[in-house]
Amino acid sequence: MQKNELLAHLSVCVEKGKADKATPTPPEMKDQEGAREITAQLIEMDVAPEEILNGALIPGMKRIGDLYGEGKAFVPHLLLAARAMNEAIVLLKPYFESGAVERKGTFIIGTVQGDLHDIGKNLVKAIIEGSGWEVVDLGTDVSAEGFIKAIEEHPKAHVGLSALITTTMVHMEQIVQSIREKYPDKKILIGGAPVTQEYCDKIGADFFSLRPQEAAEYLNSLISSTHPT
Amino acid sequence: MTTISEKLKEKGTLVSDGAWGTFIHQKGLRSDECPESWNLTRPDDIYDVALSYVNAGADMILTNSFGGSPFKLEPYGLKGKTYEVNKAAAEISRRAAGEDVLVLGSVGPTGKILMMGEVTEQELFEGFAEQIRGLVDGGANAILVETMSDMDEARTAIRAAKSITDREVLCTFTFNLTPAGEYRTMMGTTPAETVEMLVQEGADVLGANCGNGTAGMIEIVKQIREANSQIPVLVHANAGMPVLREGKSVFPETPDQMSAQIGELIDAGADIVGGCCGTTPEHITRMIQAVRKKK
Repeated sequence: MQKNELLAHLSVCVEKGKADKATPTPPEMKDQEGAREITAQLIEMDVAPEEILNGALIPGMKRIGDLYGEGKAFVPHLLLAARAMNEAIVLLKPYFESGAVERKGTFIIGTVQGDLHDIGKNLVKAIIEGSGWEVVDLGTDVSAEGFIKAIEEHPKAHVGLSALITTTMVHMEQIVQSIREKYPDKKILIGGAPVTQEYCDKIGADFFSLRPQEAAEYLNSLISSTHPT
Repeated sequence: MTTISEKLKEKGTLVSDGAWGTFIHQKGLRSDECPESWNLTRPDDIYDVALSYVNAGADMILTNSFGGSPFKLEPYGLKGKTYEVNKAAAEISRRAAGEDVLVLGSVGPTGKILMMGEVTEQELFEGFAEQIRGLVDGGANAILVETMSDMDEARTAIRAAKSITDREVLCTFTFNLTPAGEYRTMMGTTPAETVEMLVQEGADVLGANCGNGTAGMIEIVKQIREANSQIPVLVHANAGMPVLREGKSVFPETPDQMSAQIGELIDAGADIVGGCCGTTPEHITRMIQAVRKKK
């Protein structure tokens, strides 16, 4: 296959969650090569890692993210797509680390204190990673100190808070306040089933959406508005 | 003690209980505390919740064991006490229920996704089995597998229940209205698809809980009834969808507003009605009045 054909195919593998040859789904791609094999082939062909990222992984994740936002794809589809993308990311990692490929920036994400739910957070992580960002995942039950420590390690990063329960959602307010005290200009995104735009405005967070793809678009918009061309 | 099926034959429509979680938080549970731990450390408070629903007139009450699987107890260091925590949950509700009220042993989702390999089916089965053994030994009359999203997980929980007890097994899923205007679980499953699986697995009662106020539930029950006109259907609706009041997220539907829609919910095909997030004993009392008026 030619480079462009391979890139297009890789992008379909990400969208459909075909991680590697052994991945049984989707049925129509059974026994075909998956994201891992095709990425390895592209690297072998000296295709620039940046082109693999921008030309295949990002558009593949965007398509599945958009379908999710429209209610036409669901949690399993996103998780499978994330796993397929991750197979490619692992192979590209040396290029990220050497600086040969630059990602758009860093995004810190965690589920807030008292809340152990991670499915929603993982979905957002997948979409944002798949949109070309490096994601630092702090896991669940993260305190204000946990977020602040991560910001100290990644001073330029934006931050995302997740909560599933109405009783843990209240911790978002405290965490946003604590972050603001030290980092008044830090962009803070919030999300989760009980969260609303009204709550986002009230606690002074910068962005809310129930659709992960919109969070990625918001982050992308920050680059275009802060990077003078 | 009678079964749910017998009670349904006798009374037509049954009323279950309302929210537990929000109630226990009001009694001072911190958000970093395990709600089920109170079965061992503050049984009197849990008994109060159970008794408040018995006093409201419910035909059946649940147990404080929604997060009682070993997978949910593990982060709190309580995995080794799965059996005790669940047995205590059932004992407390049993004690409050007296002779006439049924106790449904609540089994919620584990948060682990089978298809992602976070847990094996065998591990899931054994975990549910341990939880359900505690609930049955503590005196639960039936097992309610609830708030499910994943068909494989629900199926595993039902099989675990049936491996342990001959008592009735109920199973409800949580459906959300998608941007495409359909009701589906977060895993993408439609109400009709859950009905097919649950009937196949031999669930005695099926239905929906959480995720919706009564209005949404009416539509979901219609879809369930299109798929199966016979099997008893249980609905635990939220007191509406959460809104922000004074900085706190609250469920807005009053007992009056909620009970006003119960007739329509029963007409759509619900046999057992009760409440989920945000509902109180007062909601249940008003529901019972609405059910009686309907007859």
